[in-house]
Amino acid sequence: MLSGLSCLLFRLENAFYELAQAYYHHESRVVKAHRDHLNKTTHALLFVRHQFKVAFYNELKQDSHTALKHYRQAYLHLHELRITDYNLLEIKTNSCIVNFKICKLCFEHNTPLDAISQFRRHVDIYKSKIGTADLAFEHSAWMSKQFAVFGDLFEEAIRAGLTAIQTQHPGFYYQEAARYAIARKQLCRGLCPAELKYPASDPLAEADKMEYYGQRPWRQGHQSLEAPSVQKEREGIQALQYRECQVDHSWLVIPLLSSAIAQFKKYKSPRMKRYLVVQMGEEYYHAKDYSKALALLGRVTWEYRSERWWSILTNILQLSLRCAYLVMSFEEYVTVSIELMGRYAQVPREEKIRIQMNLHKIFQDEVPEPEHGCEHDSVEKGRALWTTISAGGKSRSPIVVEMNSITAFVECKACFTADSFLCESPVTVKLGLHSFAPMPIRFSQLSVRFSNEAYNQFGIVVDENAVDDPIESTSYLKPGQTLWHTFQFIVEQDDVDCNLSIAGVDLVLGSLEGCCATLRWTDGGGDAIVHPFATQVHRKKVALNADFSVVSWDVLPSNYSTHISPREANLDVQLLQKGPALVNEFYLMTVSITNTEVAQISNVRTSISVVTAVADAVATAQPNTFLYEDIDLPCSQLISMPLLEELKPNQKVDNVAYVRCVDSGARLMCIQVSYQIPIDISGKMSMCNCMKEITSSIEVCEPFNITVSLTNMKFEKIEKVQLGEAFLSRMEVKCLSPWPVALQGSSLNLAKLVKFADEESLSQLTDVSLKQNDCAVEFRCLLSSGQTPSEIDIGSYSIEWRRVQNGAAVPFASTTVSLPTVEAEPIPLSLHVDMPAYGHMKAVLPLTYLLHNQTPFVQDMEIAMESSEAFMLSGHKQLFFRILPDSQHILRYNLFPLFPGYVTLPRLRVNMVRYSGVLDQLSSVVPTHIFIKPFEKKVSA
Amino acid sequence: MAVCVAVIAKENYPLYIKTLPNENELKFHYTVHTSLDVIEERIHSVSKNTNDLRELYLGLLYPTEDYKVYGYVTNSRIKFIIVIESTNATIRDNEIRSMFRKLHNAYTDMVCNPFYTNGDIIEST
Repeated sequence: MLSGLSCLLFRLENAFYELAQAYYHHESRVVKAHRDHLNKTTHALLFVRHQFKVAFYNELKQDSHTALKHYRQAYLHLHELRITDYNLLEIKTNSCIVNFKICKLCFEHNTPLDAISQFRRHVDIYKSKIGTADLAFEHSAWMSKQFAVFGDLFEEAIRAGLTAIQTQHPGFYYQEAARYAIARKQLCRGLCPAELKYPASDPLAEADKMEYYGQRPWRQGHQSLEAPSVQKEREGIQALQYRECQVDHSWLVIPLLSSAIAQFKKYKSPRMKRYLVVQMGEEYYHAKDYSKALALLGRVTWEYRSERWWSILTNILQLSLRCAYLVMSFEEYVTVSIELMGRYAQVPREEKIRIQMNLHKIFQDEVPEPEHGCEHDSVEKGRALWTTISAGGKSRSPIVVEMNSITAFVECKACFTADSFLCESPVTVKLGLHSFAPMPIRFSQLSVRFSNEAYNQFGIVVDENAVDDPIESTSYLKPGQTLWHTFQFIVEQDDVDCNLSIAGVDLVLGSLEGCCATLRWTDGGGDAIVHPFATQVHRKKVALNADFSVVSWDVLPSNYSTHISPREANLDVQLLQKGPALVNEFYLMTVSITNTEVAQISNVRTSISVVTAVADAVATAQPNTFLYEDIDLPCSQLISMPLLEELKPNQKVDNVAYVRCVDSGARLMCIQVSYQIPIDISGKMSMCNCMKEITSSIEVCEPFNITVSLTNMKFEKIEKVQLGEAFLSRMEVKCLSPWPVALQGSSLNLAKLVKFADEESLSQLTDVSLKQNDCAVEFRCLLSSGQTPSEIDIGSYSIEWRRVQNGAAVPFASTTVSLPTVEAEPIPLSLHVDMPAYGHMKAVLPLTYLLHNQTPFVQDMEIAMESSEAFMLSGHKQLFFRILPDSQHILRYNLFPLFPGYVTLPRLRVNMVRYSGVLDQLSSVVPTHIFIKPFEKKVSA
Repeated sequence: MAVCVAVIAKENYPLYIKTLPNENELKFHYTVHTSLDVIEERIHSVSKNTNDLRELYLGLLYPTEDYKVYGYVTNSRIKFIIVIESTNATIRDNEIRSMFRKLHNAYTDMVCNPFYTNGDIIEST
């Protein structure tokens, strides 16, 4: 139902739309047809009219491109008209309308550049067409309107999605509009005399009922180049001037400026925005809204000051001073005066003197002189305000002027004379005041505030002299001179090891009882605000203890923070030790303290700590050094010695401590001794805390160099061990310690797959004492018990030792090295030889070979015994046999030695059918030689 | 001919401003000061984009109804600003460039003076 209705509506709308379009099309055709009969010389005015009509019909027809084309035509025709003073207003009014249409359509077609260039052309054509000089304000008003309207159009386009840039946005147009509005105001002031009367004939009576836009009501429909009546013309101008006088121009300017400010803020132009704020302030000033002007100007001075544009700043301040006077803002008046008297204010000296005299008057409760250039009636009002206050007899409440945020006529530099002070010596503060005022000036009180308020009492100077008394005294500042004050005081013990700083300086202008202003610097004054840049960097630094009176004011240092350092300790602290220390031992150190103070000291606390280098701390998370107060006590990184109640002068105490280091290298020990001593500070005895800190280095070295190697049972070096076969581990201990070392014993801590070959394996290094470079060697016989070939870990070897010189006082230290891992390989056949250690000539030497099949299979064996010249032998020369898995076969031979000496045994060749080359492995185990003792020589009797 | 020439320090305070005599000097101070907005914006947009050598001459900063403001920034961020009347159509871009170049040379000569401390107000005789 509903959809049916909307469908009907839609069709109806379309039908109406088509009808309307057809109508407008027809109308425009009628106009065009009419135009064809026109002639350019006589109907020039109608040409414009017809083009506009066609364009307008097209616009209604919603054919905006055609409309734009005809508007442009209309604009061109308008431009071709001859301009006289009498038709200028009409032409401008019409061109304004056509131009508006063109710009609006261009923005709608999203061709902003066309709109801007059309507008520029429009402005350029008419900028110089002022017309009647008496009505020049009318031209400015028209120009202002052009810019404002274009700004609005531009802004509307931006809201519809156009993007503007920093150098092309509506703000510029609003700014220009404001500028023309200001010009209009000035022209009005110049052209319209105040006593003007509205003419009795009322030439503007018909103004609202005119047939054509832009014609003068007193000569409607008149097209000639001359005025019809000079009298009427004059009256008309007079009437317009009278009307212009009634306009409040400032309220035309201010909204334009505020639109411009909003735009410049949006397009990142803070300085332009600030400039417009200043203009707005000026406009409020002209509109006699002085407090608003003052507030606006106050908002922007900071930026101009920090960017050091003194000429602009001075200009703003002068205006502010006028406003402050007119609304009698005491605080603003004083602050601005102080700044205008300063060295950066670009004001002539006479003006500065006048400002200073006014300032002087204020503090005498007198009325200051009015500022120049103010409106007469405003001055009267301002003066009345000042008079009532000063006549009332009530003093104004004191005000505080923050000096760090202005460039004042008086500058202050406070500085501690050193970067740090000892707690027993007085702290000295030097404070300089330098005046740039044109005349001498007196302050009634100067006070320095410190971070610890307890010292504020030491930093006060009061000047009792009358303000206008020219006696030189503590706070009488002459122009260009620096006045120095020095303050000294003793700090309290609580502030030792703390920073003390100047929190601020207060200078009171005016009498303390009456009306006064406190000039307040935070920190120590100085020039951080005014000279944030170059001057501080490039100029040479003046030493803090230099004679400031000969140094130029600008380069004076301002040092408003100092450190109160504790009294210097006077103790002799030493770490006595005989290095180097050995790794892992309990190393004895002696801390020796001698009191070299003049007085007895008390509460002596000593502590030792290990200084960890930063790089080490990162590399090794585990501590590698341990301190022991005594051997039985637990270790720590910092130990404290027992407290000493008192220590007389030249008395000496020794304390011992132990250190144990788990690796070699240098260690830094830090020993801190703190104590109290009574000292005399300006006649008062007080306990003073002192601290002495020394660092001492200890060299730590390894006591031994232990090398481990493996050999077979023939003491030949081996790289691999054979499973089930015994081997030897050789430990060589070389003493590196410069001190003799006694070895208590050694032990082997074997891993799982290794065991001792014998039931019992005793250390061979018990109670051995080694000097430097001595070597001790021991062997242990081991057996690898694994079944499968693998890398096996043998275990670790450790020796217990201590220095010989230490005796039994110190426990044994232990040094452990890990034994190498070796590759263990299986062998299919193990061969043992059983024979005596030596033989005798011509006596039977039994030789038994025991072959053990290590494999789980039956093995075919093949042996051959080679004959030897040195022996006669009995037994199998050559034999084939089998060995069952994990069983033995014994070969017995009887040898009969024929030669004495170290002779070669007959060689046994063993060959396993399945494992060829097994002989090579075996040959290393089988003995090859034997010693045969010769016959006993009978010693003849 | 230019109606105003200004040298602005790196920190944006004026080192030297010279305007035609009998003109409203303060107005030019404001014009020069506000043109720093555009200069700062240009310097920032360039330094963000590339490390390439920036062209010192910035060209026309912005047109006002009566004046054209041209800018030039040295590598040490000293800004030169020249203001020209809009009605003066005879001056071409090349001439502005050469004016800036001369100004830069003059500034360099001045900095070479051992009695000049960097950052001080420039005084011309």
